Amino acid sequence: MYLPISWLRELVDLDGVSLEKIEDSLFSCGLEVEEKKPVSPDISGVCAGIVTHIERHPDSDHMFVCLLDCGERGQDIQVVTGAQNVSAGDRVPVALPGAVVYARKKGDIDSGPELITIKPGKLRGVISNGMLCSGEELGIDDDWYDGAGVDGIMKLPGDLAPGTDVKQYLGLDDEVWDISVTANLPHCQCAYGVARELSALLGHRLNTPDMSYRATEAANDDSIKVDVSAPDLCPRYIGHYVRDIKIERSPVWMRRRLIMCGINPINNIVDITNYVLLELGQPMHAFDLSKLRGRRIVVRRAKPGERIVTLDEKEFKLTEENLVICDAERPVALAGIMGGLDSGISGDTCELLFEAAKFERGNIRRTSRALGQSSDSSRRFEKGVDEYTTRLAMDRALHLIEKLGCGTISATDLDVQAEPDKPRPRIETTIKAINDVLGIEIPADTIVGILRRLNYDIETYGDKITAIAPPYRLDIEGSAADLAEDVIKIYGYEHIVPRFMPNAAITCGGYNREQQNTIKFKNLMCAIGFHEMMNYSFTSPAELDMLRFPPDAPERNAIRISNPLSEKYSIMRTTLAPTVVRILSHNAKRGNDSVRIYELANIFVPKGEGLPDEVQTVGFGMYAAGGGESFFTAKGVLESIAEAFRLNFAYEKTTKPYLHPGATAKVLCRGEEIGYFGQLAYDIAEENEITANAYVGEINYRKLSEFFDSRLVYSPVMPYRDIRRDLALVAPKDMTCGQIEEVIRTACREVSSIRLFDVYRGAQVGEGMKSMAFTLTFTPKDRELMPEDVDKFISKILRALEYKLGLKIRS
Amino acid sequence: MKEKVKRIRAEIARSLDDVSTVAGLREVRSKYLSRSGEIPALLKLLGSLPKEERPEAGRIINELKNWAEEVFDSREAELAAKELEERYAREALDISMPAEFRRVGTLHPVTLVREELVRIFAGMGFIVYEGPEIEDDYHNFTALNTPRDHPARDKQDTFYINEDLLLRTQTSPAQIRMMETTKPPFKVVSPGRTFRRDDDATHSPMFQQMEGLVIDRGLSLCDLHGLLDIMAKNMFSSEAKTRFRPSYFPFTEPSVEVDVSCFECGGAGCRLCKGTGWIEILGAGVVNRRVIANCGLDPDEWTGLAFGLGLERIAMLKYGINNISLFYDGDARILSQFR
Repeated sequence: MYLPISWLRELVDLDGVSLEKIEDSLFSCGLEVEEKKPVSPDISGVCAGIVTHIERHPDSDHMFVCLLDCGERGQDIQVVTGAQNVSAGDRVPVALPGAVVYARKKGDIDSGPELITIKPGKLRGVISNGMLCSGEELGIDDDWYDGAGVDGIMKLPGDLAPGTDVKQYLGLDDEVWDISVTANLPHCQCAYGVARELSALLGHRLNTPDMSYRATEAANDDSIKVDVSAPDLCPRYIGHYVRDIKIERSPVWMRRRLIMCGINPINNIVDITNYVLLELGQPMHAFDLSKLRGRRIVVRRAKPGERIVTLDEKEFKLTEENLVICDAERPVALAGIMGGLDSGISGDTCELLFEAAKFERGNIRRTSRALGQSSDSSRRFEKGVDEYTTRLAMDRALHLIEKLGCGTISATDLDVQAEPDKPRPRIETTIKAINDVLGIEIPADTIVGILRRLNYDIETYGDKITAIAPPYRLDIEGSAADLAEDVIKIYGYEHIVPRFMPNAAITCGGYNREQQNTIKFKNLMCAIGFHEMMNYSFTSPAELDMLRFPPDAPERNAIRISNPLSEKYSIMRTTLAPTVVRILSHNAKRGNDSVRIYELANIFVPKGEGLPDEVQTVGFGMYAAGGGESFFTAKGVLESIAEAFRLNFAYEKTTKPYLHPGATAKVLCRGEEIGYFGQLAYDIAEENEITANAYVGEINYRKLSEFFDSRLVYSPVMPYRDIRRDLALVAPKDMTCGQIEEVIRTACREVSSIRLFDVYRGAQVGEGMKSMAFTLTFTPKDRELMPEDVDKFISKILRALEYKLGLKIRS
Repeated sequence: MKEKVKRIRAEIARSLDDVSTVAGLREVRSKYLSRSGEIPALLKLLGSLPKEERPEAGRIINELKNWAEEVFDSREAELAAKELEERYAREALDISMPAEFRRVGTLHPVTLVREELVRIFAGMGFIVYEGPEIEDDYHNFTALNTPRDHPARDKQDTFYINEDLLLRTQTSPAQIRMMETTKPPFKVVSPGRTFRRDDDATHSPMFQQMEGLVIDRGLSLCDLHGLLDIMAKNMFSSEAKTRFRPSYFPFTEPSVEVDVSCFECGGAGCRLCKGTGWIEILGAGVVNRRVIANCGLDPDEWTGLAFGLGLERIAMLKYGINNISLFYDGDARILSQFR
């Protein structure tokens, strides 16, 4: 919200209070000054001068040489000007050497404001010690100062003392503050509201704007009617009749305030409604009464399909959800949002009906969003307008009509109120309860004093306190906390002293077992070289296409966001694989030659009604230029996880549409599938500019974590040595390592580890065959193993291999 | 026999000088001292000597044996030392050559901040609870005293799935879920992903928060200040100070913004704190009675303190990151820095 400092100073007595103090005070009320914008930060050094003498330039047919009286700034200052509208005796703005003004725009090209610094110089041989300024050079137009838009030098009034600082005179030394107001303080969304807070905090006098006016009974029109048929959406509607309207420009003081607050002046009537909005926070509207059929206002829900064209010439088709202001026949305004095109103020308006109303904010919000139409008025209504201010605003607007002399105010005032005697918010509590919220002991009389300054009506009885809030407060919920919040704002948050819950229960904090395991998992991934990454929970359907998920794949059954930022972020992830591939690609494109990355995040599985299933999932990916990663280093990642959590994983061949059909495995733990991994398909890798072989996998972390066993039990270590034997077998080339391991393991219980260390294919082992060399480790159970024992084991193993797989030892 | 002993002694003495390796020496040694060596062979000859010569012969053979063992031992030690020295010299490395090792991975900067905060709050008795990312309207808004027409419920800010489901806009719904399921008193922090329809240098459509909630009897604004002060002192600097200023959240009253004294300049004013000496780090407040009542607790008995902070914001402040999108970039050159 914009607020000119000069306006604030008018509304609250701030003599001798510095800008810093004002800013600090607002800050401690919760009104943060986000930006301080001087109205004219650049202009300087321009003063008023009287043209005492003027003559034609000796060497120019369009320039003049002037002598100026600039009071204390100097006499007989010679300035050459090219302007044709200067005569002796004129008072004009003079930019003396050192002054800074805007350069005049050249041609039609708007290159933004350009500044020039005035220096003494010669123009066609004649000395010029300054420059006479146009409005443009001072950065202002007719709206800011009448006559500023004239072609030539701007004229100052005849009574202005020479030497006066023109910047100050024109109000260009003012400052506009952009104040952010939290949603609970709609009553501070206006100049008067901010002033009221500041006055309470500083204890300085508040200057309430004049709301008095004289009504002329003779100007009444009793035929005008106002009906509110939707009081739930319009708790108060005030219409007031004003006639003999003279549409003119509004006075300069009003126009300037509108401009400083970012609103373009239009004419006196429209400007009054906007001025009241800025000052009191109540949106207003003025209907040209002659255009209201039947001289009648009906506030009602729109009929389905009813249409309205608003002031900005947009047409809307309405529903019963929309509130409209109608005349006897048709909608003439979209309530609280914008007036209709047909009923607005125009140059020939001669009678009008002022509207000040409270519309229910939720309805304004919904209508504004549904129609895509908003205005200063609707934005203000959405924040909340109180019915009390509705009356003040009408009176203030009528006062301004009188002050500007632009109409005859009748006594025809149609005030329709759903609940005329609505009680003010009332809080019954105790001083102790207020202090308990704060944790400090503020004396009762201090509390009462502060609340009175904030316009509460207070009654106390012992420790009991009854506080009736001012009628403009919409944020009061009725508890001691409301009062505590108001009191500490004024009393000062610096009185709140840190203290650590002396009376609170001792609780045992920290991670539970599952959460500890998650950290263990992350630390393990860290130790085996993986960088943890985080990615958005939403993704694009195109990423599923990229990995060629078929239309009936479960991954395609994704939750859609109904209002995504873009298609790119439109569905919730059902798999982390596309993200992993994208990030691998991103790294490859950035020239990172080896990468291990993973993410532990939720995927979202729709579950009919209600909240979806959020499944913690690990997605990992890796590649290294020069072949540093292989299917088996990827398998090693799984084995590290299994080892760290004391699990055994089994692997089975599987396929995925985006992985190498011969290098993809699913991972099983106690027979249950917990994930998969494999080499990224070559064509997908190529499309994504990943040149090294890349490996991608996913683990259902929730399922995996169900196998984590928190019981850690020591198993005794035998004092006997392990014995190792190597075994070279000749096997058909399609036989897998897993098949052989399985047979060995079941044949001999003493085998504690089987490790394949060499595979050889060549003439020596014969066509279609391969040699596989294993190291077997035998771990004794209860006694030292003798070589003869191991020989027995080996022959048992060999018999099993021959019987079950037809394998022979390599001779 | 004396002659034989003398000859062997001379031979041994000579060969000791001839051999230059431990292996060679052991060969020579075995020639004389093994079971079938020349010295034991001499002893076997003793029986064939006349009886009176035997003691003397036995003595000189034993003497030879003892001497031989001694000289072989000492020569072996000498050669072994020499060989070891040569081996070390041969194996001397260019230790400036690169190491072979698996590069360590890293935790994400948001995880680092989250873990640090969890550690601090765990020490104060807070447990950790994570709520769902997809929430219903009730938990995300209604139960948090956010009325139907509140700006935060605007479609401009919230991602909706349907009429009722949405991507949570804050971690605050975790407060409701905790109060619904857990018997007070308790203290909990709830970190997690949150979503808003914003995308620019300071806003990411997904970001992460950590909510904190204490439910106990007789809690006040001073207690809130105390626990946030401890957090700031542990998280930023032991010198850190915190200050409150009024703010507004529908689910707390009073509501405060909490600033921490700038840990870069100590409060004197610098670029980080934009010259103010203070950095805004979180929002907090005394839990609104209506929220407590919404969760089926008696607001006259139970009081609550709540706070919520942005994990990326803290990470940006701590690590000097200037753009929130870097957290979600995935470039290993970014991620690998957070060791």
